[in-house]
Amino acid sequence: MSAPTLDRPTPDETVLQQQFDATIAADHRIEPRDWMPEGYRKGLIRQIAQHAHSEIIGMQPEGDWLLAAPSLRRKAILLAKVQDEAGHGLYLYSAAETLGADRADLTDKLIERKQKYSSIFNYPTLTYADVGVIGWLVDGAAICNQVPLCRSSYGPYARAMIRVCKEESFHQRQGYELLMTMMRGTDAQRAMVQESVDRWWWPSLMMFGPPDDDSPNSAQSMAWGVKRHSNDELRQRFVDMTVPQAEVLGVTLPDPELALDPETGRYRFGPIDWSEFKQVLAGNGPCNDERIARRRAARDDNAWVTEAATAYADKHAAVSA
Amino acid sequence: MHEETVYEALDHAHGGEGQWAFGTGFDEPLAGVDTTVPEGIDPADLGAYCLMLGDDALVLCQRLTQWVTNAPELEEEVALANCGLDLLGQARLLLARAGSVGVLGRSRERATASIPDEDALAYFRDPDEFRHSGLVEAPNGDFGQTVVRLLAASAWRLALLNRLRESRDPVLAAIAAKGVPELTYHRDHAARWVLRLGDGTPESHRRTQAGVDAVWPLLADLFTATDVETRLTAAGVAVDPAELTDEVRDVLTLVLERATLTVPEWPTPQPSRGRAGEHSAEFTALLTELQSTAREHPAATW
Repeated sequence: MSAPTLDRPTPDETVLQQQFDATIAADHRIEPRDWMPEGYRKGLIRQIAQHAHSEIIGMQPEGDWLLAAPSLRRKAILLAKVQDEAGHGLYLYSAAETLGADRADLTDKLIERKQKYSSIFNYPTLTYADVGVIGWLVDGAAICNQVPLCRSSYGPYARAMIRVCKEESFHQRQGYELLMTMMRGTDAQRAMVQESVDRWWWPSLMMFGPPDDDSPNSAQSMAWGVKRHSNDELRQRFVDMTVPQAEVLGVTLPDPELALDPETGRYRFGPIDWSEFKQVLAGNGPCNDERIARRRAARDDNAWVTEAATAYADKHAAVSA
Repeated sequence: MHEETVYEALDHAHGGEGQWAFGTGFDEPLAGVDTTVPEGIDPADLGAYCLMLGDDALVLCQRLTQWVTNAPELEEEVALANCGLDLLGQARLLLARAGSVGVLGRSRERATASIPDEDALAYFRDPDEFRHSGLVEAPNGDFGQTVVRLLAASAWRLALLNRLRESRDPVLAAIAAKGVPELTYHRDHAARWVLRLGDGTPESHRRTQAGVDAVWPLLADLFTATDVETRLTAAGVAVDPAELTDEVRDVLTLVLERATLTVPEWPTPQPSRGRAGEHSAEFTALLTELQSTAREHPAATW
């Protein structure tokens, strides 16, 4: 993709950089055709692609329960939710394309493991309670991470995130409502919810990324207004929001050190096992291979469909030209 | 937009029931609807008919859902899930209609009282109590066969629902009226894919022709009325499926010819085995999965 050559002098790069810096400083938006530093463009493509991949891979753990949802209403809710995630992936890949990236190329990079997605989706969904807990904790954590992105300095990303966050908030409410219903159900259902919370709590806290003193890309992202709060700050916000919800639900969060600090009004929590996080990130989580294999199969087994659609479009464009 | 404003917007969104996807709200499908059966209509026949049409929708929804996370493109993930959701909405209404006239078969003996009728029927009937056609239960095959089946199933169902808008049962008429624009989209979506694939590459042409050849024999049992349909047609409630033959054949022929595919000979109509409760082993497998969670926890509420 190359811009048409305009018959006027190209402004000096220093001037462009100054204009960019002034836009960021004024908390205004950078738009696709604005000049931007190469590092900003590349960093954004990396971040948006990773986010898009997370939406698409994130369809799988819950999608595994679509065919076995326990009521028709739950099936409708889950199918609509998984469909929303595909939609989020589409908006986000489109936002990345405004920066010059190509969706098919980004998908290839995902499948070749050159780009990452959120590690949370490498854990399996073992019971239907996991569908509710993913809505409550995983979508809840995602909302904490993503609401600040609605103010991202890059316009198309910020606008996509507003819609994504609204839909995520429905998902969180639906997940919580499922858990409330299950907690009012049978003993087996209550036990299922607690067991699920036990498995998902720590991985949810890891969704905010490594601690601030070990987060390599954070400083530049904060300076550019691509990221607004540190990992630890967002994690704390999530814990503070979630503990009272767990009490209402009647589940115990699996952390004996979790306690309200009367001085700060915030919750202290125990140490996170970062070695597990690094293992999953390195590709050694329970489902990394399975997730990528399904994405690869969807691309490769259906390549003939995409080729046919392209051939048909070419043929008919030629006829009507 | 400032962050605080976004949080506020999310708060408001929590009250906005209008933003929920269709069929995911908290009401039962026929809540607030007058379900009185008009005079002269046999409730047992009406319920049996709603089961046929509801089971068609439920089983095809389950087949389409098998594509989710496996589709060729993200746009297709959205589109197939959308067709599935529409059919699921129709299934819920039709099963609830059957339940409202007391047609629940043995499902009520097996399901806990707190389970709504739609779920008792979907989750607590055995395979031989289902009344869908053989067309919808057949495995998906590849994407080509999937869209050929979707084209055939939606052409048939659209032709039917168009006519059922005049049904003497006002509930069935309203369900049909709601389904018509949905089925119009499904048929159009499937037809566009059949055109692309039939007239795409040599491989897509070969695969889609194989899909046509696999689907065609399944059309044989769609056009012969069961006794229930015959009686209900006379009562102005149902439509004799034989009436749909010309429209369905014309639509399929038109699309296949435009797609440069060979139209197989139209199969000789025969009484439907599916409507009589005779199904394949593949259907038993599909149903076992669909019912697995609900049956593992029969006393649970979800």
